[in-house]
Amino acid sequence: MTASFTGVLRIAALVLLTVVLEIAVVTQITIFGANVDLLVLVTLSVGLLGGPIAGAVVGFSIGLVADMALVQTLGVTSLLLTGVGYLGGRYRELRDATHKLVPVLGGFVAALCFSACFAVIQFLLGVDSTVSWLVARDALVGAILTALFAPPVFAVVRWVLRPDLIEEMRPRRRPITNLRLSP
Amino acid sequence: MYKKSVRRRRAVLAVLVGLSIALLTAYFGESASGGLHAIQRGFLEAMAPLQEGASRALKPARDLTGWVGDAFDAKSENKDLKNEVERLRSELAAAQTGTRDDEQLRALVGFNRSPTFPDGYDHVGARVIGRSPTVWYSTITIDKGSDQGVHAEQPVVNGDGLVGKVSDVSSDAARVTLITDHTSGVSAQVVPDGANGLVKATVGNPSDLILDFVQKGRSVNKGATVVTSGWRAARIESLFPRGIPIGSVTRVDSQERELYQRVHLRPYADLRQLDIVEVLTTASGGRTNAQVGP
Repeated sequence: MTASFTGVLRIAALVLLTVVLEIAVVTQITIFGANVDLLVLVTLSVGLLGGPIAGAVVGFSIGLVADMALVQTLGVTSLLLTGVGYLGGRYRELRDATHKLVPVLGGFVAALCFSACFAVIQFLLGVDSTVSWLVARDALVGAILTALFAPPVFAVVRWVLRPDLIEEMRPRRRPITNLRLSP
Repeated sequence: MYKKSVRRRRAVLAVLVGLSIALLTAYFGESASGGLHAIQRGFLEAMAPLQEGASRALKPARDLTGWVGDAFDAKSENKDLKNEVERLRSELAAAQTGTRDDEQLRALVGFNRSPTFPDGYDHVGARVIGRSPTVWYSTITIDKGSDQGVHAEQPVVNGDGLVGKVSDVSSDAARVTLITDHTSGVSAQVVPDGANGLVKATVGNPSDLILDFVQKGRSVNKGATVVTSGWRAARIESLFPRGIPIGSVTRVDSQERELYQRVHLRPYADLRQLDIVEVLTTASGGRTNAQVGP
C-alpha cells in the first residue's frame, strides 16, 4: 500500500475520530452490559484493506491515542492493536479477504482475542481486586456486538480510504488472451 | 523484491512492538509526576474539547438508542399510529434526556442540602464527557478541571452516593477513577453496626463491591448502609470525608479459616449510567501537601 499525503491526512483523521467516538459515544451505549469495540474494528478494517504495514501502523496509532486520551498505561492498547492490524493485513495477503463475512468473523475473533490479551496483560501488570467471571461474559457479548457492527464500519473505512487503498481490493480479472477481430 | 517486502514488513512490526513495550515499561516504571504522565495530561487537555463536542452532539443519538433498546419489546398494534410514533420518537428522546438530567440534578441538589453533605467542602458540578472502553480501567472523563477548582485526589459523588476520586487533572478536564476500578480502595463503615473495612472493586461486575478486612465476629446485617468512614490520624487523613453513602450490604462471606469477613455491597450510584457528577472541593484546593489514605 502506498498512501499519498492526503491519504495520510485521511488516515490521521480516521484515527482521531475513531478514538473520540469510542470514548465519548460508543462506550456510553451499552447493550447487555457490553459495547462495540470500534478501535478493534477500524484497525482490523485498515489491515484487511491496506495490508499488514498499514494495519500495524494504524493499530499502533489508534492504541497510542486511546491510551493517551484515557490516561491509562501507555503501550498496552498500542501493542495489541498493532497485532490486530498486522494479522488482519496478513490474512488479506494469504487468503481471500473480499468475502463479505471476513470483517464479521474477523471482528468477532479480533475483539475476543483483544479482550483476552488485554486481561492477560492486566494480570501481568497486577490486579489488586477480585475479578468477576462477568468479565468473560462481557468480552463475549462485546465480541458479538463488534461482529454485528463490522460490515458498516468496514464500509465506512473503505469509503474513507478508497483513493489509496481500494485499488488492491478489487477482484483481479483474468487477462484477455483470445482477442479476435470481427470480420 | 518479495524478500525485501517481507523484511520491510517484519521490520515495521518489530519496531512497533518494540516501541509499545518500551512505552509500557517506561510508563509502568515512572511516578505519576513523570514525563509520560505529563504528556498524557497535556493530551487529555487537548482532547477534552473534542470529546465534549462529540459527547454533546451525539447525546440525542445515544438517548435514541437507549430509547430503542427500552422499547424493543413493545408491540405496536395500530398501523396508523406508526407515522406519529416516528415523529414523536425524536421528541421523546429529547424529553427523556431533559428528564434524566433533571432527575440527576435534583438528586445532586438534594445531596448538597442533606445532612450527609460533608462540612468544609464545596461542590463543582461536572458533565461526563468520556468513559474508558475496557472493564480493566473504570474511569470517566469530566468537563471540569483545575480552572474550575478541581484537583487530584478530590472525592466525586452523584445524587446517590460516592462515585470515585479525581486522579488526573488538566485545565478544563479531569479523569475520575471510579470506585469500581481495581486500583480503588475506600475506607468505609457499616452503619449502624459500626464495622469498619476497605471497599474494593470486583473487576467486571460494577454492581458488586467488596468491603474487605471486616473484623470477624462483627455483626453485619443484610441491607445495612455502608458509608465512608473518613478517618483521621496524626498526620494522615482519608481522602473521603465521613458519611458519604457508598452502598447497601447484599451478603456476607465468612470463612472459618479467614481472619476477616468479606461483605458484598451494591453501590447506590449507578456507575454505568453517569451523566452528571459533582466534585467535592475544599477551600484550600487539593490535598497534595497532606498525606492521604483510602
